[in-house]
Amino acid sequence: MSTMEKLPLAIDHIPDSKHAVYDAEPILSARDLVITFGRVIGLDGVNLDLYRGEVLAVIGDNGAGKSTLIKCLTGAYQQDSGEVYLDGQPVSFKRPQDARENGIETVYQQLAVIPALDIASNLYLAREERRPGPLGSVLRMLDKKGMKQRAGDAVQKLGIQTIQNMGQAVETLSGGQRQAVAVARAAAFGSKVVVLDEPTAALGVKESGMVLDMVKQLRDSGLAIILISHNMPHVWEVADRIHIQRLGGCAGVITPQSHDMGEGVAVMTGAKTLPS
Amino acid sequence: MLSSTSAAAAEFARRRQSPVQRIQNQLHGHPWLSPLFLLVITFVIFSILNPRFASPNAQSLLLQQVAVVACLAIGQTLIILTAGIDLSVGAITILAMMIMASLAANNGVPGWLAILIGIGLAVAGGFLNGFLVTRVGLPPFIVTLGTLSIFTAVALLYSGGSSIQNNRLPAIINWTGETFKIGKFNITVGVIMVLLLYCIVGFALTQTAWGRHIFAVGDDIESARLSGVASKRILLSVYTVAGLIYGFAAWIQIGRAGSATANGIPDANLDSITAVVIGGTSLFGGRGGLIGSLLGALIVGSFTLGLSLAGVDQQWRLFAIGVLVIVAVSVDQWIRKVKA
Repeated sequence: MSTMEKLPLAIDHIPDSKHAVYDAEPILSARDLVITFGRVIGLDGVNLDLYRGEVLAVIGDNGAGKSTLIKCLTGAYQQDSGEVYLDGQPVSFKRPQDARENGIETVYQQLAVIPALDIASNLYLAREERRPGPLGSVLRMLDKKGMKQRAGDAVQKLGIQTIQNMGQAVETLSGGQRQAVAVARAAAFGSKVVVLDEPTAALGVKESGMVLDMVKQLRDSGLAIILISHNMPHVWEVADRIHIQRLGGCAGVITPQSHDMGEGVAVMTGAKTLPS
Repeated sequence: MLSSTSAAAAEFARRRQSPVQRIQNQLHGHPWLSPLFLLVITFVIFSILNPRFASPNAQSLLLQQVAVVACLAIGQTLIILTAGIDLSVGAITILAMMIMASLAANNGVPGWLAILIGIGLAVAGGFLNGFLVTRVGLPPFIVTLGTLSIFTAVALLYSGGSSIQNNRLPAIINWTGETFKIGKFNITVGVIMVLLLYCIVGFALTQTAWGRHIFAVGDDIESARLSGVASKRILLSVYTVAGLIYGFAAWIQIGRAGSATANGIPDANLDSITAVVIGGTSLFGGRGGLIGSLLGALIVGSFTLGLSLAGVDQQWRLFAIGVLVIVAVSVDQWIRKVKA
């Protein structure tokens, strides 16, 4: 029904395993996004397509518009002009809660997990489930055992292995495990798109590896993932396509196979331009 | 590769913990264990100093004496759990008390209505605190420091500094002071009321989403907000519910003291905070619980009663409470450093 044209993929050759991903319609699209802050141009007519089952990395120098772009897609900002489409339908998010209700979840850089509570409580924070019957509806009693059970199931289904005991307090978890909790929370509730904002920024080598493995597992399970990162090796390891922001506009979309890290950085800083 | 690290971690988890580490872990999971332990020791020591301390009469007196502070501590616990503090607790209670008593005695308002209005005023006071904290964005310490003076002044202006004796009050207002016997103990209606409030608020704190959100907001308000918790609404509700609790405390205080005076509960502010802190709730928010505050109130009350029964100068009570507070906060710091 959508008359919107898919953007060119920038992938020379789609491997057989990926045909299903890229033949489908994009789950999230943006066309001609423009946003200004007074005299400063935040976004200068940016286009984007995001497919289920892929990891789209968004890279760019500070001030290039990465965060601005993401905030427009997740409802934290409202663009001045341009359209955002979710599953082919035009959408207009007034606040992050709207985007969340439509299946777009964000994992912020500071993680937003509560150390004093346990893993299951964190997973269900702000969407707690009550016991069935009058205990739940009248007394508003929480279904703690049920939530713990379902949290464990969800984590297992996502293939996350670094967190095992749903009753463990988050404050006892390592940085990578907390990241796993934050990501599990974003991915476990039927979300369509998960945005990861610098997920490995505060992590060491081993833990970053675990988080990147988790991202790959999520991608393989059919989620659409946007990854914002300054860490080029991590981006090149996990991304399917790489959207490069520069000076408010899209400088191009490349893949880890088509260009190496050095070329990616060169495009990012303007030392190199891509043929459009 | 992953299996060898998880094996090493499993080995660490199975390690034989020293008794101290085991205690530390238990305390971390159940913060009310240390005040319980402290209460038992207090009971034993004061019973040795004067065997009358352990008698049903003395213990009944203890319960009656701590009822009001224990009640105030409910509201104070909720507020401290959100990393806030309420310095106006005594002032709101006194204001509610004077309004309740005055309306009934001087204006002929029926007892039940006077109680309702008094409690309603206390709710409004709590709401004002919450409003200033959430909408105007002022720190709770500053807000309640200001409202402490405001409410105290209003209470003094309204009552003119006079007190109202219970013989001028309708039965229902004095009802909280009525005693009845359970075995050898003399229990007042007020004590029962406080225990009921502990059960109700304790249930809400541990079994509902509201309770969880209180802990979340106290532990890390920004993370809570990003996770979708209505942080401002939670804070506002906490201060307002605290006001409601203070209203009940006012009713209980009239029954217990047999009169309504503007200086009936001089140490209420500090005593309520002390009870909460000794009870294991952290002033930094997010950790603790209601049971601890009840135990804390009992400990403070035990010191008061125990020292007087042992013939010790009341000044030592102040000294002992001060030491208790420092010990309690130190234990809290130590507990926070636990390794799972």
